[in-house]
Amino acid sequence: MPAFSFNDTLVLAATMFSVGLAGVLVRRNMVFMLMSLDIMLNAAALVFVAAGARWHDATGQVMFVLILALAAVETAVGLAIILRLHAHGRPTLDADAGNLLEG
Amino acid sequence: MHALALLAAGITVMGAIMVITRRVAVHAVLYLVVTLLALSVVLVMLGASFAAMLEVIIYAGAIMVLFIFVIMMLNLGQPDSQREKEWLRPRAWLGPGVLAAIVCMELLYCASPLSGPARLPVPITAHDVGLSLFGRYVLMVELVSFLLLAGLVTAFHIGRHREGGH
Repeated sequence: MPAFSFNDTLVLAATMFSVGLAGVLVRRNMVFMLMSLDIMLNAAALVFVAAGARWHDATGQVMFVLILALAAVETAVGLAIILRLHAHGRPTLDADAGNLLEG
Repeated sequence: MHALALLAAGITVMGAIMVITRRVAVHAVLYLVVTLLALSVVLVMLGASFAAMLEVIIYAGAIMVLFIFVIMMLNLGQPDSQREKEWLRPRAWLGPGVLAAIVCMELLYCASPLSGPARLPVPITAHDVGLSLFGRYVLMVELVSFLLLAGLVTAFHIGRHREGGH
């Protein structure tokens, strides 16, 4: 019997996704929102890998690699946006203050 | 469920919860690194050692360095000595340290021959993944390269220093 059954992995991934979603919804600091997004992406990637292990198919890990690339792009662009907003002279990282930008 | 699997899953979830409840961003990054390491342990237990390696190298290595770099550049306005005193206090590093130590001990326990013959699922090696990646999914690899290029151009364009204007 393997250490993780498919159902256990699904429960773990669902819990991680919920935690990440709660982080996006609760936190207003944009750095924390990006980290919560990463947690959610990891949960989704975990489901792919678990399904690949369950049916013994390499496609799960292919999807994992693609999600990894997606997460890298998302983090890079998000952090660039955060830097840009911060360099605009606002001392805050509050996501709700984004509508106060000029142009 | 295996006790080690339960431990790794518990550290993953607990680290994720700690990430979204921290006040200081660097503490959250430390907890996120611990979460990713524990998740890579989960991936190894699923027989996906290649994915676990990628998780450690790319996620816990490269992407977290990006986060730390940006947090360093943001420098949210405390005096330096005060910040360093904050870092050196045990409550800043005790939580991630303890969780990382548990993951490390679990790794050592699994590596020791005392734990007996572990009955892992049939692993999917990097060879299988590579064959699939550049066989059936080669178009998707091209699309991902486009995505990476677009992300590179976007990050450069957004993050560059503009002279004068807003």
